Amino acid sequence: MLNVGKIEEGFVLDHIKAGKSLSIYHHLQLDKLDCTVAIIKNAKSKKMGAKDILKVECDIDKLNLDILGFIDHNITVNVIKDGKIVAKKDLVLPKEIKNVIKCKNPRCITSIEQELPHIFVLTDSQKEIYRCKYCEEKYGEWE
Amino acid sequence: MRHLMSPLDFTVEELDRLFDLAGDIERNPEKYANKCERKKLATCFYEPSTRTRLSFEAAMYNLGGHVIGFSDAGSSSASKGESVSDTIRMISCYADICAMRHPKEGAPMVASTKSRIPVINAGDGGHQHPTQTLTDLLTIRSLKGQLNNFTIGLCGDLKFGRTVHSLIHALVRYDNIQFIFISPDELRIPDYVTDMLQEKGIPYKEVIRLEDVMGELDLLYMTRVQRERFFNEEDYVRLKDFYILNKEKMELAKPDMLVLHPLPRVNEISVEVDEDERAVYFKQVQYGVYVRMALILTLLELA
Repeated sequence: MLNVGKIEEGFVLDHIKAGKSLSIYHHLQLDKLDCTVAIIKNAKSKKMGAKDILKVECDIDKLNLDILGFIDHNITVNVIKDGKIVAKKDLVLPKEIKNVIKCKNPRCITSIEQELPHIFVLTDSQKEIYRCKYCEEKYGEWE
Repeated sequence: MRHLMSPLDFTVEELDRLFDLAGDIERNPEKYANKCERKKLATCFYEPSTRTRLSFEAAMYNLGGHVIGFSDAGSSSASKGESVSDTIRMISCYADICAMRHPKEGAPMVASTKSRIPVINAGDGGHQHPTQTLTDLLTIRSLKGQLNNFTIGLCGDLKFGRTVHSLIHALVRYDNIQFIFISPDELRIPDYVTDMLQEKGIPYKEVIRLEDVMGELDLLYMTRVQRERFFNEEDYVRLKDFYILNKEKMELAKPDMLVLHPLPRVNEISVEVDEDERAVYFKQVQYGVYVRMALILTLLELA
């Protein structure tokens, strides 16, 4: 069994679907943060069989976790301070997602306009529907 | 500063004011003949649309203003690869208001975020065409006296027809409207529209034959099966003649039913119907000029 030590301050993202930790690492732009990150793949889990865990040692105000709500709101976010879990963060769907997913509608202006951010807006929180800010195409329509 | 991207950008009350203004323009055109003196409208048309462009230009000239612009992407700097954002920054230095048509959906919205002048979406791909919807609403309001209490049949290409989708979204804000969708299976109204109607509890039905419902309609909105919305020619040829409105079908309709059409017509309405006083699609063109005049005045805060 692999052991990764405790962190003093930061986040432990638990119950990540096995294999998804690296994409979350990129979505959270952890590669751009100057901090210690542990990526644990395929850890044993009673609930999930296998899961991934991310441990991020950083100032807790430094990291915007809103995007996790879009990627997978079943992830458990433990907020760590002084080596202890001080809170569990509830994940909600972000109202707007910028440059995480791309609009695939070939008729959308994002397909030709240079350096235009790809922005999706939450239009129905119950059905979890996001639409492109520009062409209003539903995310997933062109998958 | 305000722009017009979607017909829903205006509240029902704001639309009422706009239509009242359009009505006053219709009755007293001379009162508005110099309202836009020394003002310039830029018509930025990245794809050809003679009808809409001429309507905007006529509207601006009727207000005593001037028009500059281009009528296809080839004659603009877009052919050199200039972005919409850069073009509108430049246009902002030349004109006081801009009407933009673009084949890419959302292009006028991108323009509006960078613009120093009001931008009117004059049609963006299959997405929105708000001034057509304003035209349709003004026509109905002027000729029926109100925008409440009627059954409207929408016939033809209900799948790709953006004018139809926009009109439905605009009409659901009024009271006691019923929709009848008349189309072949291949061109059915999209589910997201019927889902929205169900959610709001607005009655609608879908039928295949126009004859079956003619007698129920207070308004019939005909649409063209647009060649450019199809990916292959075969499908277009097979479907385009599906629904043709002729004298016989008109005999089944109520004496005060009105026929609207966003034009251009190809052959979905027989020429013989033009003589019927219930055929109001050419009056609709005139209302299109009035509503664009009212819109230009409103966005330039000259009303």
